[in-house]
Amino acid sequence: MNRIYLDYNATSPVRPEVLEVMLPFYKEQFGNPSSVHWAGRQVSGALEKAREQVAALINASPAEIVFVSCGSEGDNMAIKGTLTALKGKGNHVITTAVEHPAVLETCEALAKEGYDVTFLPVDKDGQLDLADLEKAITDKTVLISVMWANNETGNIYPIEEIGKIAKKYNIRFHTDAVQAVGKIPVDVQKANVDLLVISGHKIGAPKGVGAIYIRRGTRMATFLHGGHQERNRRAGTQNVAGIVGLGKACEIAGAELDDYYKRVRLLRDRLEDGILSQVPDIKLNGTPDRDQRLPNTLNVSFAYIEGESLLLNLDMFGIAASSGSACTSGSLEPSHVMGAMCVEVTLAHSSTRFSLGPETTAEDIDKVLEVLPATVQRLRDMSPLYNCGRTAEGCETCETVRRI
Amino acid sequence: MIEPGKRVVVAMSGGVDSSVAAALLKEQGCEVIGMTMQIWDYSKFTADHGESSGSCCSLDDVYDARRVAESLDIPFYVVNFEKQFEKEVIDRFCDDYFKGLTPNPCVVCNQVLKFEVLLRRARELQADYLVTGHYAQLVRKDGFFALEKGRDRNKDQSYFLFTLTQEQMQYVRFPLGGMTKEQVRGHAVRLGLNVAEKPESQDICFVPDGDYVRFLEEQRGSGAMNGDIVHVDGQVLGTHLGTYRYTIGQRRGLGLSWPHPLYVVGIDALKRKVLVGEKHCLVVYHCYVDDINWLIDAPERDIEAACRIRYRHQEAPSLITVLDDGSARVDFYEPQSGVTPGQAAVFYAGDRVLGGGWIRESGMRDEGHDFEDL
Repeated sequence: MNRIYLDYNATSPVRPEVLEVMLPFYKEQFGNPSSVHWAGRQVSGALEKAREQVAALINASPAEIVFVSCGSEGDNMAIKGTLTALKGKGNHVITTAVEHPAVLETCEALAKEGYDVTFLPVDKDGQLDLADLEKAITDKTVLISVMWANNETGNIYPIEEIGKIAKKYNIRFHTDAVQAVGKIPVDVQKANVDLLVISGHKIGAPKGVGAIYIRRGTRMATFLHGGHQERNRRAGTQNVAGIVGLGKACEIAGAELDDYYKRVRLLRDRLEDGILSQVPDIKLNGTPDRDQRLPNTLNVSFAYIEGESLLLNLDMFGIAASSGSACTSGSLEPSHVMGAMCVEVTLAHSSTRFSLGPETTAEDIDKVLEVLPATVQRLRDMSPLYNCGRTAEGCETCETVRRI
Repeated sequence: MIEPGKRVVVAMSGGVDSSVAAALLKEQGCEVIGMTMQIWDYSKFTADHGESSGSCCSLDDVYDARRVAESLDIPFYVVNFEKQFEKEVIDRFCDDYFKGLTPNPCVVCNQVLKFEVLLRRARELQADYLVTGHYAQLVRKDGFFALEKGRDRNKDQSYFLFTLTQEQMQYVRFPLGGMTKEQVRGHAVRLGLNVAEKPESQDICFVPDGDYVRFLEEQRGSGAMNGDIVHVDGQVLGTHLGTYRYTIGQRRGLGLSWPHPLYVVGIDALKRKVLVGEKHCLVVYHCYVDDINWLIDAPERDIEAACRIRYRHQEAPSLITVLDDGSARVDFYEPQSGVTPGQAAVFYAGDRVLGGGWIRESGMRDEGHDFEDL
């Protein structure tokens, strides 16, 4: 069966060039980068080169990059490390209702511990109102944490403006940029970000490696104690091969960013236009302004059917898509992002995300457009909701469907 | 028998039965898809209570099922029915206890999750059949399906399946129904299935430690629900902290001193009364059953059938009288003890399941005992 992968926001394949540069570090270049001898030196140089490559992609300096094991670790470190370090200053965090669980659940856990957390709401298109942000700020606010781009809808948040607000009130600013880096330009200077998190496996590096940008002079508490690696910010012998891979992936992402954006955007628009024109009774989730969305992401709800059914059926055709976040024990949870956007509950259940990548082809998209409309119709024909909507008057579901 | 080439969804629990079912069908040339229902978030639960073990549906089993599917090289999906499970199974379980009933959540789970939602998922995937590892047999007779006991009498699970409808039976298959547990184990060995056989548990999957009282109190809180423990002769013998803590036939934990052993013989949740009596008081000659599903044409007059009043019960020859409202009165030819409202009553003719329903009321009120309070 021809396999079509449209779940790049979940993870991406390791790029061949990336794997190539990693392999020596599993073989002859095996040293511990902390060792002084030749074996260590061979490796520590590569580590620092990777640091430069990551820094270059986001316009930071290499000393501001700390390697971690994944995006979730970076987010935990940014939030908990800040709150602990700034304990004397305040106990209030502002974040949004649509963050990735790595941020959302961290904040929820902190709230249980007694911290004060504000979850900013979003509108029906998933957009933030920055007036809400300013209103939420108190003299106890020590951290603002807003994702650069949303993993489910692809919405891009106004990070530069938020950076200005954070600067104005002298509040630390963290952004989970896991979905943004490599897909759109990310510049920590322009955006006035203090803490920014990157995940390797979303951009063609392997799983098990990530990075956090910590602006110079930012006081952080450490929560992984042990050796003196990563300038005492994060103990533990580095995942050298993974880090080298992350460096290479960042270098490629930087070099190819413009081309990537144009190519993937064209394919995504083709998919979006195709679905919107061929399938009735659907709702686009996220902002309709395509410039304000990641170029690779499309999230659509198909009224009357469940996303879970659609995903399983697409899988039978070899098409990999996703519904909600794949982070919960391999199961299919209704999405908190859809909830925050007040997407009506049956529509939220049918929300389906297609996320494209550099390897996606026009043929892939055409195959999806061939399979999807018929599959949706077949599932609708089996759906009690659909049949009720057709015959009974005033079926509530029909009211909430925006015909596009 | 399922023809080769058919697409089947196997409801997999990670245990030996459903794993063997999946492996046998794959061996016969069916296109097998594995599916596991995630119905209960154990992480919320075990956080305070240590590890769960020996239950049939824990999250761990999702991993076991995934491992088996992987070794069989079949597609595998976890479908999340936590919401439906909470609403249809857990809520009803709690409601029943607080109404003075002793519920049977396994039947409800089969009825509303496995053979309703899961079956729909299978049909949506264009599967010809949904297969489970139940020990029961479906026999086609004159265009109709008959449900019969599993060949292995010790494992027979037909009791849990009485809610099946003709439409569902068109799409459901039980390939282990004609096998003994020994044969199934033999297949597991022959097929190289590395499934550890889990200890059989009498516990309910969402109450793995068996402490259902604590579960109810965590779900619903414990308010002032105390009342009297009353002897069938009317004497108040003590007090209790809530009728939901008792089931019919219970002897332990009553905290009463009395010349003879006492059993719970009745529960009146409304009046907050627990009725106790000597062993002979447990015996009744009839009961009332409602919400009946007939697997045969609904009888218009009395029928004779053997009635099973709980899973491990040797069914008792009875006369079943269908009442005007569709419920039935079951008269046992020999008196039965432990007839418990809330449990299922299933009617058999030999091996065949004729129908079944829920025991609404045991016949105590009519038995001539002096139960003025019941």
